[in-house]
Amino acid sequence: MRDRLIFIGQLIFTLLVAAFLVVPALLSISAGITVNYFRGIASGLTLHWVFQVFDLYAGTIVLSFVIASATLVVTLLAGVPAAYALHVRGGRLSRIVEEIITLPLAIPGLAIALALLLTYQGFAGFRRSWLFILTGHVVFTMPFMVRSVMAVFATVDIRTLDEGAASLGASPWRRFLDVIVPNARPGILAGSLMVVTLSLGEFNLTWMLHTPLTKTLPIGLADSYASMRLEVASAYTLIFFVMIIPLLVAMQMFAGAERAR
Amino acid sequence: MNPAAGQGGAAVRIESCGKTFADGTRALEPATLDIARGETLVLLGPSGCGKTTMLRIIAGLELPDTGGRVLFDGRDMTAVPIERRNVGMVFQSYALFPNMSVADNIGYGLKIRGMASEERAARVAELVRLTNIPGLENRRIDQLSGGQRQRVALARAVAIRPGILLLDEPLTALDAALRDRLRGELNRLLRALGITTIYVTHDQSEAMELGDRIVVMQKGAIAQIGNPREIYFTPKNRFVAEFIGAANIIEAPLENGDLVLPGGRQPTGGVANLPEAVVMIRPETIAIVEPGRAPLSGTVDSISFIGDRQRVIVSGASGKSLTVDAPNNIQARAGDRIGLLIAPDAIRLLPRED
Repeated sequence: MRDRLIFIGQLIFTLLVAAFLVVPALLSISAGITVNYFRGIASGLTLHWVFQVFDLYAGTIVLSFVIASATLVVTLLAGVPAAYALHVRGGRLSRIVEEIITLPLAIPGLAIALALLLTYQGFAGFRRSWLFILTGHVVFTMPFMVRSVMAVFATVDIRTLDEGAASLGASPWRRFLDVIVPNARPGILAGSLMVVTLSLGEFNLTWMLHTPLTKTLPIGLADSYASMRLEVASAYTLIFFVMIIPLLVAMQMFAGAERAR
Repeated sequence: MNPAAGQGGAAVRIESCGKTFADGTRALEPATLDIARGETLVLLGPSGCGKTTMLRIIAGLELPDTGGRVLFDGRDMTAVPIERRNVGMVFQSYALFPNMSVADNIGYGLKIRGMASEERAARVAELVRLTNIPGLENRRIDQLSGGQRQRVALARAVAIRPGILLLDEPLTALDAALRDRLRGELNRLLRALGITTIYVTHDQSEAMELGDRIVVMQKGAIAQIGNPREIYFTPKNRFVAEFIGAANIIEAPLENGDLVLPGGRQPTGGVANLPEAVVMIRPETIAIVEPGRAPLSGTVDSISFIGDRQRVIVSGASGKSLTVDAPNNIQARAGDRIGLLIAPDAIRLLPRED
């Protein structure tokens, strides 16, 4: 009887904490599909605001995906070979390079953005294009890709596998494609999900680097909060939710599958 | 010719190959060595003696220090990377690819060489038969036992018909019983292939069974090169004598060819006089007889019955206690007084080292 009371107490507490976190999200979502939020759900449900967001901000959503994909491509092309080189070469120089790649984790996004602005403000074409934001995102997400690939290299003896493939006649490039990449796949996948999620949600850096013509989704979100009806901002949040939640779930499932191995 | 053979393989010469690592450690003193076509050469020594470094230099995984050269059939291969040396290599950890099946592992080198898939499948099947792993072709590597992995690694290395087969402690990761069995199998396979083989091990019984010649290495230098009998019976120095098999090393004065020992004067077949001689006597060359029927005598300290023989520790005969391998039917007890009969030619004079 006493155990049961304790259990019920704990259950209620847990549900309250969960509600504290979930209710604002639900309210925000419901606001995005309510005709008039101040009159409440009674005013009726509508997808009008969602469509309005698409009309106003479709460009930011597209640009966010373009930048996230491009960031992924760059971090894959540069990060995976970099992780391989750093692991195989080893030594003090590799340690230093690894630390430098990791540094953006510790530096505020605003500071990185400021540095980029100071360095490249003279290149007007570059400054104005979305490639400028891409540069910031690559700097910010690269450590996540390199780190997660290197973590896998540390668990499989990649150097000996590489030597084994070399002894069978494979050129460095063939070895990389046939042996290194397939055996680093868990790390590459985890790193990729991380990079895409971080890039889609990145605000600090992007806010400093963007121009009125290169707004990403989170920038557009801030913009709508500041200047639009609450319903529009909420609908916008809803769209962001729908986009980012599957990625987060995939990341969690993936981490679970790795632990189960 | 055996269909799996690699045309007898290549002759290998390494010429003043030394290796100093970036941190200044000297892993290998400059060494010169010739390995004949089709020969099985064993590099034997304790860990850190430079044997693996020498193998890696031959493989092309390490560059020798400036001045060193590696030649295959007279062709300078020093600057050629491993992927163009046509060597087959078996690693201590096997280095099997976890992302490929057993058959894909064995066939990988053939695929790289552009062999058509049907021909490749036939060659893989041939090797599966040769290394006795039928039915495992579609398994993943993590589904194999240690012994099976070892065979797959060997099959993969041999599949490409390498000029030289390099094996880096291929049996070390296995338990003792399996190691003994695979050693015999490996020996038969290497003989059947007739390929030039360089085999690294720290296990002297592996070296004895597999090697046409053995190179004993110590502290980065070659201590002795010879066939197993030469290495065993006529070791060049104390290190080789003690590393290969069991050995009694005795320091005593030599007078007119006789060792002057606490337990008597033991003739050595010579007439030399030396104030401080160092000799080696193998435990199995000492016979236990009635006291008084041999020039040397001592007292039994302990006896361990091993099965095929018994190991007797004798005190009072030489300065230190003497180890004797006696037949298993000799009846002796601790404290017994015994005679020790040693043939003069079983005593090997070693150089003094200080």
